[in-house]
Amino acid sequence: MLLVLLLVYFINHETERSSEYGAEEHSSPLISPNFFIMTKLLEWLLGVSLVAVAWGLVTFDLLGLQLPAVYKEVAWPMPVYLLVVFGCYSLATVGYRVAMFNDCEEAARELKAQIQEAKEDLKKKGLKM
Amino acid sequence: MASRKSNKKTPAEADKYSVLLPTYNERENLPLIVWLLVKYFGESGYNYEIIVIDDGSPDGTLQIAEQLQKIYGKDKIVLRPRAKKLGLGTAYVHGIKHATGNFIIIMDADLSHHPKFIPQFIEKQKEGGYDLVSGTRYRGDGGVYGWDLRRKLISRGANFITQVLLRPGASDLTGSFRLYKKEVLERLVERCVSKGYVFQMEMIVRARQLGYTVGEVPISFVDRVYGESKLGGNEIVSFLKGLLTLFATT
Ligand SMILES: Nc1nc2c(ncn2[C@@H]2O[C@H](COP(=O)(O)OP(=O)(O)O)[C@@H](O)[C@H]2O)c(=O)[nH]1
Ligand SMILES: [Mg+2]
Repeated sequence: MLLVLLLVYFINHETERSSEYGAEEHSSPLISPNFFIMTKLLEWLLGVSLVAVAWGLVTFDLLGLQLPAVYKEVAWPMPVYLLVVFGCYSLATVGYRVAMFNDCEEAARELKAQIQEAKEDLKKKGLKM
Repeated sequence: MASRKSNKKTPAEADKYSVLLPTYNERENLPLIVWLLVKYFGESGYNYEIIVIDDGSPDGTLQIAEQLQKIYGKDKIVLRPRAKKLGLGTAYVHGIKHATGNFIIIMDADLSHHPKFIPQFIEKQKEGGYDLVSGTRYRGDGGVYGWDLRRKLISRGANFITQVLLRPGASDLTGSFRLYKKEVLERLVERCVSKGYVFQMEMIVRARQLGYTVGEVPISFVDRVYGESKLGGNEIVSFLKGLLTLFATT
């Protein structure tokens, strides 16, 4: 179910990472905002329903294609798998980023020293607190 | 000679940067931030002005600002006070109206945004011709100081959810240390409806929606030493509300 969304997300994520602090082009050029506002909510709904339809077609063989039983077996628990995979990916990513969050000790030290310097200089310049 | 020189200004020399400093009870921080701004602008040689928008702080921030104006001059320190606390969003609108620069820098006056990054913002802007340059705590050498594990987790978690839902193409949505082209900021402010915390997020999301380009500079965010944060309250709830609103409307 989340396959498309994941794909879209990963693709976006990758372009974002590779752009080296620069700007990548404005995303979602599919539909111009001037004509119709494709909100993020609608994008998600569209993505989810597309995957849901694909999943339904295979799992319940809605088109009567007589697909091999293997297809069905693989397909029906897919939504749960994907959810679990996405959940794990999310936890791992957030965990990793929390662990890697820079502690700017040096910046704090520098600021402290500068505050001292600033106070003395401002006093000299006649600032009364 | 002098007149020929002033007529033949290169575009770089013509650029002027207006720094908007909204203050509410920042009497300890204001002189320090101004001193740092003067220092770094002086060293890098860019043309600038500092616009202090004080909302009638009971601690006498405005009196301090007046003293600073005497020290550094009326052309550098511009005072645009308002009688009472009317909020951060309208403080920016008020400041923009009085800004004479063609670029505007928005930052907090509480020393959590260090002026040393401003020259980097400016170089980044020139390098890519960006409409907006945003400081980011979440990339490269960017980071924070004075945050415990809980705060880091909330911050990273909220950022992850936002990235998944909105795919905004910028890594730091809630930070408010940014440089804008003046006309871009005017257009954005006009369109943004959110209040408080979500305002910063909406600005960058709408910037993307309107096709503006965004550059990013990693910054270190050192939690305020003096005074209290005024935005406190129930930040998480208002953040989620704002996020969902943007999710449904942008
Ligand atoms: N003029 C004005 N400035 C404000 C107001 N509220 C907050 N500020 C200033 O906006 C900046 C950010 O506020 P702060 O309390 O540090 O928010 P936080 O960094 O999210 O905790 C600081 O420079 C404050 O002094 C307000 O109502 N009016
Ligand atoms: Mg602050």
